[in-house]
Amino acid sequence: MNDRQRHHAYWKANTALIRNLLLVWAGVSIGCSILLVRPLNAISFGKIPFGFWMAQQGSIFIFVILIFIYALGMEKIDRNYKE
Amino acid sequence: MSVEAWTTLFVLLSFILYLYIGWRSRVRDSQGFFVADRGVPAIANGAATAADWMSAASFISMAGLISFLGYDGSIYLMGWTGGYVLLALLLAPYLRKFGKYTVPDFVGDRYYSNVARLVAVVAAIFVSLTYVAGQMRGVGIVFSRFLQVPVETGVIIGMVIVGFFAVLGGMKGITWTQVAQYGVLIVAYLIPAVAISTFLTGNPIPQLAFGFSDIVDKLDGVQVDLGFAAYTQPFANKSMLDVLFIAIALMVGTAGLPHVIVRFYTVPSPRDARFSAGWALLFIAILYTTAPAVAAFARYNLIESLHDRPVAEVQQLDWAQKWENTGLLEFKDTNNDGRYQLTPDEATNEIVINADIVVLSTPEVAKLAPWAIALVATGGLAAALSTASGLLLVISSSVAHDVYYRLINPQASESKRVMVGRVMVGFAIVIAGYFGVNPPGFVAQVVAFAFGLAAASFFPAIVLGIFDARTNREGAISGMLVGLVFTTIYIIGVKFYGMEPWFSGISAEGIGTVGMVLNFIVTWVVSRLTPPPPEAIRQMVENLRLPGDAPPALVDVGEEELD
Repeated sequence: MNDRQRHHAYWKANTALIRNLLLVWAGVSIGCSILLVRPLNAISFGKIPFGFWMAQQGSIFIFVILIFIYALGMEKIDRNYKE
Repeated sequence: MSVEAWTTLFVLLSFILYLYIGWRSRVRDSQGFFVADRGVPAIANGAATAADWMSAASFISMAGLISFLGYDGSIYLMGWTGGYVLLALLLAPYLRKFGKYTVPDFVGDRYYSNVARLVAVVAAIFVSLTYVAGQMRGVGIVFSRFLQVPVETGVIIGMVIVGFFAVLGGMKGITWTQVAQYGVLIVAYLIPAVAISTFLTGNPIPQLAFGFSDIVDKLDGVQVDLGFAAYTQPFANKSMLDVLFIAIALMVGTAGLPHVIVRFYTVPSPRDARFSAGWALLFIAILYTTAPAVAAFARYNLIESLHDRPVAEVQQLDWAQKWENTGLLEFKDTNNDGRYQLTPDEATNEIVINADIVVLSTPEVAKLAPWAIALVATGGLAAALSTASGLLLVISSSVAHDVYYRLINPQASESKRVMVGRVMVGFAIVIAGYFGVNPPGFVAQVVAFAFGLAAASFFPAIVLGIFDARTNREGAISGMLVGLVFTTIYIIGVKFYGMEPWFSGISAEGIGTVGMVLNFIVTWVVSRLTPPPPEAIRQMVENLRLPGDAPPALVDVGEEELD
């Protein structure tokens, strides 16, 4: 691969990772916690409604995990690029 | 020892610590003053960002707001954390790689335009000033509640402390004091939370007790019996659409707030910026996942100990007496049945509870020793001071760096630039202090502005600047202006002139989302109707996207050369 193709592949891998993680981000915050909260409240998580738990705690835990997945994923993409 | 004595002791000790750190971190050059020599480790920057981000409002008022709003309070929990995902994925690593000092730096250079730079400067100063006034007021209020010092004196003490480490140490002094302040505020928040959780459920971990005890379930029942909506019932106070728009505006606004973004200029590399955002959100999440538990437990406990109890019994409660004296709790037995009733109807309600009570009274309700109560005061001060110092630096660097150095005197020497920076910090502290002592009546209302404007101005300009090489000067300027003007008019109209929230009933807090979408559309369309950015800029964007730490070679393109 020449430099240009390598750059292109790197950027593509980066944006694909970003897109996937943002889909999860929107799914838990906008999806589960707001738009689908009513149906999800029919399910219980521990002793409280699941949709309510997602909105007040679950989404925050997932946000933290998403950022670390991104940071670690980029480590891997960076390494591949250098080789 | 009394609560006052403990509070005085803790506050003094914490102030000595902050002053010591400020003295140790004093700086001489502009790199140290504006971006802490870019030598802050990722995890330390995470802690500093968390302290910078969590204000007096997060610490004192948020749990209270949630306890009154129930499910609808989730907008704050998600809104003020979800933005970090956007920040980590879309902004922080690229801005660090870009390697300048401020947000207007990026906007001005990327869009090869001093007009764009100026729009960004004005927005940055406006957003930060609205925010900082509330923080100084918060410092004064904590002093007055816990130490019976007049609010004004409290504000002035806070000004002196922040002034010391911010003027001497600039960003470096602020960063390391914020790390210490995070430690103080999180301990202060967790001790009473663990205590009330153990007291009510027997489980010391609030996050687990929230989902696995029956308190929330019982609270739902009690609320319905009293005529309120169930605690977990969605959209009891706001429509689904409004909740959605407010949550998005807060998330995007968080990612676009200049005092948060600049923190990522202080780490050594783009890789550190990514991890740093993760640490920051982890540290924030420790408080933000505790808050909903405190909110539900405190609400349950307040209703159980006050509602329908005989007047004599309530008068026996030490904490109820104490907070009644401050005016944050009010009782009046209007129907003269010898008991106080809590109802959703203002005419029959006999217990008025201020939202701030929820956090402030928790240690006493959980029967903690006086030193734990003193710790809450120290934590509240740490939260307010750390946020204030971060905002003051943004105001100072906007004027000293973006206006003075980049626009007025590009030949200024290092020492002169740092000197102007120090003077501007001092100047900003005086203005913030003035608003802290004489709060304009609209401060609480204009906070919606800070997020709405950040969402409608910076966020689209920066994201498109990185991810769309075709975005040009004309597009970015018109997009920012349309976003700013639309959002400002809507908020001012709804808040001050009684305008109907005509956009699908979206409230002023949520309209930033619409402003952001408008900004994106206008920028995109105008960019494609006008000439593409010069080759040098395309090259710069190309370099921003590459791995490695070297900042992209920057060509300063003068406006006159382009036209």
